[in-house]
Amino acid sequence: MAKITLSNLAHSYAGAPASRDDYQLKPTIDHVWDDGEAYALLGPSGCGKTTLLNIISGLLVPSQGRILFDDTDVTALSTAARNVAQVFQFPVVYDTMTVYENLAFPLRNRGGSAAYVDRRVKTIAEMIGMTGDLDRRAHGLTADAKQKISLGRGMVREDVSAILFDEPLTVIDPHMKWELRTELKTLHREFGHTMIYVTHDQTEALTFADKVVVMLDGEVVQLGTPVELFERPEHTFVGFFIGSPGMNVLPATVEGDTAFLGGHAVPLGRAFSHAGADGIEIGVRPEFVSLSDGDDGLPIKVTRVEDVGRHLVVRTDFDGTEVNVIAPEGASISDRHNRILFDPQGIHVYSDGWIVDSDRRAARGGGKR
Amino acid sequence: MNKTLNHRAWWMVLPVLILVAMNAVIPLMTVVNFSVQEEFYGEFSFVGLQWFADTLADERFQNALIRQLGFTFTILAIEIPLGIAIALTIPRSGVWASVCLVLMALPLLIPWNVVGAMWNIYALPDIGFLGYTLNSAAGLFGHDPASGPWFDYTQEPVAAWFTVVLMDVWHWTSLVVLLAYAGLQSIDNAYYQAARIDGASRWAVFRYIQLPKMKHTLTIAVLLRFMDSFMIYTEPSVLTGGGPGNSTTFLSIDLVKVALGQQDLGNAAAMSIIYFLMILLVSWLFYTLTMQGGKK
Repeated sequence: MAKITLSNLAHSYAGAPASRDDYQLKPTIDHVWDDGEAYALLGPSGCGKTTLLNIISGLLVPSQGRILFDDTDVTALSTAARNVAQVFQFPVVYDTMTVYENLAFPLRNRGGSAAYVDRRVKTIAEMIGMTGDLDRRAHGLTADAKQKISLGRGMVREDVSAILFDEPLTVIDPHMKWELRTELKTLHREFGHTMIYVTHDQTEALTFADKVVVMLDGEVVQLGTPVELFERPEHTFVGFFIGSPGMNVLPATVEGDTAFLGGHAVPLGRAFSHAGADGIEIGVRPEFVSLSDGDDGLPIKVTRVEDVGRHLVVRTDFDGTEVNVIAPEGASISDRHNRILFDPQGIHVYSDGWIVDSDRRAARGGGKR
Repeated sequence: MNKTLNHRAWWMVLPVLILVAMNAVIPLMTVVNFSVQEEFYGEFSFVGLQWFADTLADERFQNALIRQLGFTFTILAIEIPLGIAIALTIPRSGVWASVCLVLMALPLLIPWNVVGAMWNIYALPDIGFLGYTLNSAAGLFGHDPASGPWFDYTQEPVAAWFTVVLMDVWHWTSLVVLLAYAGLQSIDNAYYQAARIDGASRWAVFRYIQLPKMKHTLTIAVLLRFMDSFMIYTEPSVLTGGGPGNSTTFLSIDLVKVALGQQDLGNAAAMSIIYFLMILLVSWLFYTLTMQGGKK
């Protein structure tokens, strides 16, 4: 178990990168990941999350920067020496071995005593629900079962610095997915391993992790708890990617405590005097937008209403831009509703994609950017 | 449901049937025909399985069979492990991978009789590079040249065997290399990564990842090498002509001597069929056994 420090990290697969765009992980990534926490690396395909994971596990050597486990520099150490476990997206099982031998393999390679190996294998088999199959050969099992073995092999060692998961539940069917994720959570609470879980599924990330690391195009755009990601997305991408539907992002101009959207004034509730001039957008989660039949707010037309069970998702059209509204289940939506109101609490101002601090927050010295 | 019957489709198959009949079925039946009849000045008489009984009891046939088995198992024991070992050292990708593969494929492109002729000259005790080198080396270690060359495949059965085996290894190990390499290429990188995570040793990676994944292509390699070496004719025929004495007279060489040298068609036909059945049986056994191991 260890605290993981990423220092001045960047990676490019192709030799000498000429520009920032040639990096798979853009310079620089600097983070400290706390011991015993469960992290999710979340982002769309190709954003560099697997690259970052492989750098942490040592399968890949970064082009620049260092990785520290606790206070030891492990950048040059092999995977085995780092003592990490990793589970891959597609099942890797040793076909000629039985399920038991598969699970025992990482322990036996490290010279675990027979009694210890036996005890651990039985515990893990119980956890992944394969106690009855221990003597079967791994060859010919279903993809589900094989992936459970892979997961089991990842968790069989107790003394690992961290357990890394690379979209491990992709091939597992939805019901089992839920169950295994719960098992992983339980295991995490019980043993307190540092866990890093790569996924492109926000539900998976938010339910699994204490902290979510959102990545886009080789950059970490935000690292925070699920609540932070929801309440204060630091980048429009985070707002858009997390949430269902995601945050509404609208181009605007900001003057003091008012935003102007196509000539309509929207009160912000707080002043943003240093928001700059170009690329200004405001972001509002659908949860903070309400429909109105009054004269205030932005003029819209309701285009579609989707009942998702817990609430209604109302799709509206504001001057050619889609704005989503979440309305309570059972609300009657009609053409009378031709305006939307934003709750100032839920409005964020963005410049070139990144969040802009309000004057008050900036004075307090809050925010990183 | 109504099935449309259209017998005209059979005409489409006819050319292939004729072709197969001409080049396989009819020649084979001719051989079967010869194997159960006695020919005497153009008169044929049915003799049943007499030729088969004679052939199997014939010491000359038995000896050729023993030599054949000895040869086949020797070259398999050398070529398969050597082929795997070489395949493991070829890079997985890049320019050098292509260079290695092209170099590896070269011996396979040389006509078999040319291979025989090449080694015939290469191993000659007095002027061949191999023979000369070996004999010079033997001289350094105290061999007296007056008593004749130390290495002479035209006179010494051991030297002849050594040369034939070496020639076959040179000629055919490449095939095993290429097949083993194809098997290795099919292994997903995730397996190697997982093995590193699991702390597997180099040997464990070979034993539990590479070997199982190579199994199918290796099965094919063993089958091909078994059949080919069991039927080997051209190369030893050019290299040693079956000698010295009968020491490198393998089954096919013996068969040709019986059939064409002695015009003993009944015996030769029986030999051919026994020979054919042996190859068929071993190949089938081997294939069934290995492929069954994979299922369950």
